[in-house]
Amino acid sequence: MALQGTTREVQDVVIVDFSGKITLGEGSSLLRRTIKDLIDRGRRKILINLDDVDYIDSSGIGELVSAYTTVRSSSGELKLLNLTKRVHDLLQITRLFTVFDVQSDEDVAVRSFR
Amino acid sequence: MAAQTQRIEITLETLLDSVDLAESITMRIAEALGFGEEDMHKIGMSVREGVINAYNYGNQQDRRKKIVMTVELAPEQMTIRVLDQGKGFNIQEVPDPLSEENLLRTSGRGLFLMRAFMDEFDVRSGPGGGAELVMVKKIPSAVSGNGQRQPE
Repeated sequence: MALQGTTREVQDVVIVDFSGKITLGEGSSLLRRTIKDLIDRGRRKILINLDDVDYIDSSGIGELVSAYTTVRSSSGELKLLNLTKRVHDLLQITRLFTVFDVQSDEDVAVRSFR
Repeated sequence: MAAQTQRIEITLETLLDSVDLAESITMRIAEALGFGEEDMHKIGMSVREGVINAYNYGNQQDRRKKIVMTVELAPEQMTIRVLDQGKGFNIQEVPDPLSEENLLRTSGRGLFLMRAFMDEFDVRSGPGGGAELVMVKKIPSAVSGNGQRQPE
C-alpha cells in the first residue's frame, strides 16, 4: 500500500500519522517532503506515528535517519511513536534504537518534548 | 534418484518497478515452498534490497543495463542470485552500518539486512564483472524421500 500521511497538532507538537510502506520511491519521498514542509513552516517538535506502518526498507530507514538529522540541525526534536513489531525489530537490529527516541503512548510522547 | 534442482531466471529492467516485481515473485515462490509469513517477509525484503542494490549502485539507474535474478529450488534450500552489470565491489570494503560513526548515515544498510535475514549471504564477481549477490534460505520442513512433508 502506498504511503499516506496526515498531520495534526497537539499543543505545539506536530503529529504525523503515516500508513502504508516507507520504501524506496514514493514512500521515502513523501516522508522527506513532509519533514521538509514542516521545517519550512517553522515546526520544530515532530512526532512520527508509525502505528500503521509495518514495512520499512533500507531506503525508508535512511529517510527516517535523514529526517532525524534534518530536524536536529534545525534545533528541533523528532521522535517516533507506536512502532509495529517489524519496525521495532528493524530499528533494533540496525542499532537505531540507540538514536531515536521511541515512544509508545501519545500523551506521554507529547509531554516529553521540551 | 537424486532430487532435482529447479531454476527460474528472470531478466529485470533497471527500473524502480523491478524492485517490487522481484519481491512479489520471490514471495510467491517462498509461499509455495511452505515458508511461514515471517520468513516470507525476510526473503522478500532481502530480494528487495538486492535489487535496489543492483538498480542504484550496480547499474547506476542506467536503463540500458539489466538485472538478472535467478531462483534455485533444491529440496533443502532456496537460493536467490541477483546479478547486475556494474563494476562489482568488495564486501570487505563496505562500511559497517552498526559502527557508531555510521549510525547516522542515510544509506549502506541493505547488505547488512540481507545478511541478517537470510541463512547465507555472499557477494561474488559476476561473469561480466558486475556484482552477484547470493542469498540462501533453508526450507523449514524438507520433503522426505516418500514425498511426505515431515512434521514441524
